[in-house]
Amino acid sequence: MDRAERLALIVASAMLVAFLAAVAFAVVRLDIGLPTCLTSMEPFESGEVIQHTEDRFEIHYLAMMWDFEPDEVEIPSGATVDLYLTSEDVLHGFQILGTNVNLMAVPGTVNYARVRFDEPGEYRIVCHEYCGVDHHAMAAAIHVVAQ
Amino acid sequence: MAEGTASSGFPLSAGLRRLTLLQISVPTVLLVFGVYHGFVQTLYRAGILRADSFLGIDYYQGLTLHGVINAIVFTTLFAVAFGNALIARFLEREPNTRVAWLGFAIMLAGTLLAAFAMFTGRASVLYTFYPPLQAHASFYIGAALLVIGSWVGFFNWIPVYLGWRRQNPGKKTPLAIVGIFSAFIVWLIATTPLAYEVIAMLIPWSLGWIDEINVLLARTLFWFFGHPLVYFWLIPVYVMYYVMLPRIAGGKLFSDFAGRLVFMLFIVLSAPVGLHHQLGDPGIGTSWKWLHTILTFGVALPSLITAFTLAASLEYAARQNGGSGLFGWWAKLPYLDRERWLFAYLFVGLVLFFFGGITGIVNASYSVNNVVHNTAWVPAHFHTTVGGPVLLGFTGMSLYLVAKVGGKSVRLPRLNVAVPYLWLLGVALFSTAMSITGVDGEPRRTNLGLTYTNPNSSLFVEGWWTLGRITAVGGTLMLASMVAYFAVFFATLCSKRRAAPSIDFPVAEAYHDERAGIVENFRPWIVVAVVLAVVAYIPPLYDVLRATFSGSEGFSPD
Repeated sequence: MDRAERLALIVASAMLVAFLAAVAFAVVRLDIGLPTCLTSMEPFESGEVIQHTEDRFEIHYLAMMWDFEPDEVEIPSGATVDLYLTSEDVLHGFQILGTNVNLMAVPGTVNYARVRFDEPGEYRIVCHEYCGVDHHAMAAAIHVVAQ
Repeated sequence: MAEGTASSGFPLSAGLRRLTLLQISVPTVLLVFGVYHGFVQTLYRAGILRADSFLGIDYYQGLTLHGVINAIVFTTLFAVAFGNALIARFLEREPNTRVAWLGFAIMLAGTLLAAFAMFTGRASVLYTFYPPLQAHASFYIGAALLVIGSWVGFFNWIPVYLGWRRQNPGKKTPLAIVGIFSAFIVWLIATTPLAYEVIAMLIPWSLGWIDEINVLLARTLFWFFGHPLVYFWLIPVYVMYYVMLPRIAGGKLFSDFAGRLVFMLFIVLSAPVGLHHQLGDPGIGTSWKWLHTILTFGVALPSLITAFTLAASLEYAARQNGGSGLFGWWAKLPYLDRERWLFAYLFVGLVLFFFGGITGIVNASYSVNNVVHNTAWVPAHFHTTVGGPVLLGFTGMSLYLVAKVGGKSVRLPRLNVAVPYLWLLGVALFSTAMSITGVDGEPRRTNLGLTYTNPNSSLFVEGWWTLGRITAVGGTLMLASMVAYFAVFFATLCSKRRAAPSIDFPVAEAYHDERAGIVENFRPWIVVAVVLAVVAYIPPLYDVLRATFSGSEGFSPD
């Protein structure tokens, strides 16, 4: 094998390993993860907000053609929120703009993510998976109010 | 070469010549519709068109047509036609003409069925056709026939290849043949679970024979297919890059071994990576998402090897052309050569793919995907891959084949050489704007003009509206480029025959041409590919089944 070719191969492999290490760092040290396989919770049939303590909330989001339930939620800043997501009909997307929350709502299953809102303001939720003729109008919001 | 003398290439039989011309022209005609619906997308998304439909076609219907025609029908029909030509030229024996026609007839029947469903608004389910949105059965049956027809096309090459091996013991298989076989081995592995999804789940479900299906299972089977699909598009272009581009540039392929290794790595690593499309999905354990992330980084390696090998090959060519200096040699390549116009198509594809590769690594980077999943970033990415090297390679080669096989000379040569550069400019604007709005969360596959880019809507986002204009300018330039291409293509197709029809390609010699047994035999690579695909998919499929509590019946998009 040509010397330059061997060198290119080594550099390319090292680059990929470095990228992977950076991703692993984000997961392990910064705790930015992905949803996993959840088998302990059955899909729910209505959305709700549950307050456990002053700064711990649980929201069950039910996605449907073409709305989220609940579609407006108020949360105090600094609160940790456990989000559960399912769909009662087709696939939907669920991205909270300005956060790392980006989930798929799949009927028959429950998806999960944890998020903490430190900055007060309006956080918009966008359905980003095509779900029928009114997909572009499917959105919701979380209002984070200063403590 | 003087007029009327025998061509240097392989003389094609009338049957295969007609088939090739038809199998190239039919997808090109369809591409006219596909391109139009792509352009209109950019107008809707920019908020220039604020409507559910335009000229009788609904937004999501048009989006389905754009994806299915451009990404599935055009690519598959082309790949089989290109493969037939490669087999005839490099193995110097034609594949069986009747079987080749049969394969085409099946693919065409499938295309017409699916086109019926899409044009009549019975299949506005986009090209990923995720259930439980349900299309008319003819859409799924059409898709199945398209795939089955392509298998027939592929199986038709195998006896020719085995015959060649028997007659040429100890000889290396021509690199072009290694490439096109890799593409179709990848395709065969990828379409097997897709066939299960379509034939065992979607067709009976859409006909009402079964009531419910497992949505997440269907989605996982789809992405088992969906990622190797992109290598099925890419590998034929790699054949053009490795075998033809160095020669067109006036040089040699830097390393024959690199080419063979790259094709074998694609066979092994194309399939066990599909979960990187499902990183935000429920019902799949993070261990398996990690495994697929790591393997996806592995499949980046053959493309990085290619980047090096092609740059080295182009440098060698440029120095043969009188180039010198550390970077000065870049000036000595035939960028605007009207005789060697295919260089421009292939080279611009490479430029776009540089960005496609980088953004692709971003997409596959596990939780980084949270930032870009299903946003405008994704189409920005794949218009520099499937809309970059693949589109330019496939259209360029379509034109080349029609000219060569039809015995014609390319018409409007000045316009022709401008096509790729106009495309480059259009995609640069389109993809830059969409990458920015994508990182900002703008959703893909969404009729933005009615809400997010409509100043009268409560959902209006000013930044998306502003940058949407740049996307639309990019889309307009892309349209202009394709209009120019269609003018060149059809003018060439309809021109008079000037030379004896034959099939030939520019073929590069190798600069380094070592023997390396391990990359000269498909078998061990296929075995590893199948084992790896099974190992990478059994545990996540088990997860999917235990995390799904209930099946889904079908829903109409409206």
